[in-house]
Amino acid sequence: MSELHDQIKGIIETEDVALFMKGTPQFVMCGNSHRALEALRRAGAPVTAVDILPDPRIREELSALSGWPTIPQVFVGGELVGGADIVEELEASGELEQTLREKLGDEYRGAGEERVVAVA
Amino acid sequence: MAVRTLTELLQGAFPGDDVSVEDRTGGGDHFQVTVTSARFDGLSLVEQHRLVYDALASPLADGTIHELRIKTKGST
Repeated sequence: MSELHDQIKGIIETEDVALFMKGTPQFVMCGNSHRALEALRRAGAPVTAVDILPDPRIREELSALSGWPTIPQVFVGGELVGGADIVEELEASGELEQTLREKLGDEYRGAGEERVVAVA
Repeated sequence: MAVRTLTELLQGAFPGDDVSVEDRTGGGDHFQVTVTSARFDGLSLVEQHRLVYDALASPLADGTIHELRIKTKGST
């Protein structure tokens, strides 16, 4: 397995909330990535964002790992929650907060600042 | 044109179910698809969306679909 594969897998498994997106939270490059980020912010999720745009191999490795063909992809506690449509739907119904509490504990809102990690 | 292709693919994967495809921007590459099917009953949203992705694997892979929004509904 490649180093990139291991890096992406590591982020998914160790970060509380991993958001693979186009651009960064400060400079979002895609409408769906923006929708997912905003839904996560409304739920108070401690987002760790990964920009997939710097290298096309990031997206290839990510989709190979997750079996999910599109960007963004949101993982909570190592598990794929979905893309923008699902995250928005779960946020609107309150289920996103419920998932965050179940996976990260009741105090998840104080768990950390939004941050960006680079791969490759 | 692309709307018709996507609609046919979805109708093939979800025979007899309610399927709609909307070209969101008129540019032929940003789509909203809505599928109502009893096949979604009891599945998580991730599993439901995977079924839609499976049906649209070809236009997703060849770049026909630049942006896809999915809404799935079960029979109940």
